[in-house]
Amino acid sequence: MNGMLSGYRALDLTDWRGWLCGRVLADMGVEVTKVEPPGGDPDRMREPFYHDEAHPEKSLWWWAYNQGKKSITLDMEATPGRELFRSLVKKTDFLIESFPPGHMEGLGLGYGDIQTSNPGLIWVSVTPFGQDGPYRDYRGPDIVTMALGGFMSLTGDPDRAPLRLSFPVSHALASLQAALGAMVAFHHRQATEQGQFVDVSAQESVTTALLNAIPMWDMNRVLIQRTGRFRSGLSSGVKQRQVWQCRDGSVAYMVVGGLGGAQSHRALVKWMEAEGMGDEFMSSIDWDQFDMATASREFHTRVEEALGRFFLSHTKHELHQGAVDRGIWLQLVSSPHDIADSTHLSARDFWAKVPHPEVGESVTYPGPFVKATASPIQVGTRAPLVGEHNQEVYAEVLGLSAAEVAELKEKGVI
Amino acid sequence: MDHLVFDGLKVLDFTWVAAGPILTQSLADHGAMVVRVESATRPDILRMAPPYKDGKAGIDRSGYFARFNSDKYGVSLNLNHPRAASVIRRLVDWCDVVVENFTPGSMKKWGFDYEELRQLKPDLIMLSTSNQGQTGPHSHHPGHGGILTSLAGFTHLTGWDDQEPCQPFGALTDFITPLLGTIALIGALEFRRRTGQGQYLDLSQYESSLITLTPVMLDLFANGREAPRMGNRSPHTAPHGAYPCQGEDKWCAVAAETEAEWRALCQAMGQPALSDDPRFSTLELRMQNQDALDELIAAWTSQRTAQEVMQTLQGQGVPAGAVQNPSEVLNDPQLRHRDVFHVLEHAEIGSHTYGMPPFHLSRTPAELRMPAPCVGQHNEYIYREVLGMPDEEFVELLVEGVLE
Repeated sequence: MNGMLSGYRALDLTDWRGWLCGRVLADMGVEVTKVEPPGGDPDRMREPFYHDEAHPEKSLWWWAYNQGKKSITLDMEATPGRELFRSLVKKTDFLIESFPPGHMEGLGLGYGDIQTSNPGLIWVSVTPFGQDGPYRDYRGPDIVTMALGGFMSLTGDPDRAPLRLSFPVSHALASLQAALGAMVAFHHRQATEQGQFVDVSAQESVTTALLNAIPMWDMNRVLIQRTGRFRSGLSSGVKQRQVWQCRDGSVAYMVVGGLGGAQSHRALVKWMEAEGMGDEFMSSIDWDQFDMATASREFHTRVEEALGRFFLSHTKHELHQGAVDRGIWLQLVSSPHDIADSTHLSARDFWAKVPHPEVGESVTYPGPFVKATASPIQVGTRAPLVGEHNQEVYAEVLGLSAAEVAELKEKGVI
Repeated sequence: MDHLVFDGLKVLDFTWVAAGPILTQSLADHGAMVVRVESATRPDILRMAPPYKDGKAGIDRSGYFARFNSDKYGVSLNLNHPRAASVIRRLVDWCDVVVENFTPGSMKKWGFDYEELRQLKPDLIMLSTSNQGQTGPHSHHPGHGGILTSLAGFTHLTGWDDQEPCQPFGALTDFITPLLGTIALIGALEFRRRTGQGQYLDLSQYESSLITLTPVMLDLFANGREAPRMGNRSPHTAPHGAYPCQGEDKWCAVAAETEAEWRALCQAMGQPALSDDPRFSTLELRMQNQDALDELIAAWTSQRTAQEVMQTLQGQGVPAGAVQNPSEVLNDPQLRHRDVFHVLEHAEIGSHTYGMPPFHLSRTPAELRMPAPCVGQHNEYIYREVLGMPDEEFVELLVEGVLE
């Protein structure tokens, strides 16, 4: 046993929006088994695909978030499948699902029933709005939970529509909150043997990510507005640029206060001077006295002109390397290529090569989410094929013989 | 009522700003005794950031700081003072877990890195989190979540296809990484329970955030493709966008992910024939003719309030959600029903709002018990009562400025 959670089991009934929760538990050593309907999870057809070949074993979403899991098939719509499920769930520590509220009760497999046969079970439910309340039955794709959770009103240009990210962040946040909720419940179970129900809402998960926007309204009745490449949250209404164009892309830099901010601005001004691009106004500022809360619009306009000129005369990699060398709080606005090419990440041996024998090569994946000295986080084997572990799981967990498994298969139960 | 999950767990918290304090907050809200070590000589940056009580700056007046520090105890200690070390040693002896997020190398400079501290406590669990981890050529590059969000790829994925990228609001990595950090800490506690071993956790905010973007990275590694910025559109479905509604800057998000939802949308808009319109009759056609489709939907939504649009469409099974500003979020009927926001009474700030963790535990829910601490608010309690420091020494340390 060298995983943090080696020896524990999870059944994962989620759709693509919840897959990441079980993926995190699998990385920590939990034996996570994806339960798929016979024929496979319909979300296996989620684009993009490996080499763009639309195929249930080649969805990159499936690969990304089901890495390290096992797969069994099981027809939960029919009685024999439900009985089999009841047997499995008795032997599991976590159950993760993302069905609309009430769906499992409808199958006769609600938490109330199941927990009597396994009081230590941790049942994790991750849904757009949670198990109760007026929006309980609302549909909640990412754009809807990002809107209702407040994130979109704060993102995007003021003269265009509010924006979500071109990536479903609310599902990722909810899945990670679900994994955290599962762990908190697990800690309690280890002390008391009592399981419980963990009810996670994506909308609520989004509200945690609003920085100081809620307190700004709550305490000062100030509504932070969306300001595109600027930010407006920290000073009294004066917007400050944070995403800057350079010669071949963008960099991120904020004119913030405090000791660290002063250090960063001084180093940047010195760099500009050394390259003959010094700016009288920039050089005249006493950064130790700089106060974000009172800086004027004129101040920021002049700073922006000077910095803008300097950044535009360099490539993003020149600026990034220069910032690393000088301790300046500037970052690349990375494209996926920039992330893949990061010398820092490769020096830390971050990337993992995961063999995919079915396509005849190894594919590069992001590595462990934390480096742990005694019980390393594992980047697991490739995501499972449909029903790949039927024989193994039904035999090992339920003690069925090969003949019994074959019979279940013939009857369409698995 | 069951006790709180982490009753009895003792956490020594050297973190500051956002990612660190958020990481220990869910432990504190579930009962852990989290002691934040701060110093007025080097205050937490968020103590100096708005909103302030009555708009007036002050080290104990920031609601930004308070938001991430409910249920924690606050002690002050000047780590640069030569006498701080003996206090730290006693705090380490008391705790189960140490968490810090200084620039890599700082704890070593003070003599409090993991190798030192494990001498005092062999089964110590210690977590360090920083922008880019404890090792590697950029580990010392200073920064914060606001710009790390760009390094980690999220800014590249935000904006319109005809423009440069646009920063997603705030500091997204500060709300991803802490979850994985707390998860790892609880895992390490379980590992210690089973084996008696402590350990050291190096949590890079850059690396941990990338777990969420695994699909994007696989698309690059397997297909050489960079995921595009698409405004509010989706690579999987159409329509999918935020549409203007009645009122100033009011919008409603609308999406149809299935044929059934598409037909229901046309029905709800009173234009059932639209679903068979030759421009929109299949998903492929809707993806091709999105500009025309968006115009038709916007014409319908702009005659209605965002709430009307949402309720009408959701009533027909069509995904829709009003784009809510922070004030509307605080008053949202669903969030109110779910009891997400709690008001606590803070010594300087008075009554103000805190948020509950977004995972609801049926048996042992979180409890918001204490507002964020003022600097050094619990010095007497922690140093004298919990550590049992003699009165004489406590006064000496105060006089010598060790507890600043």
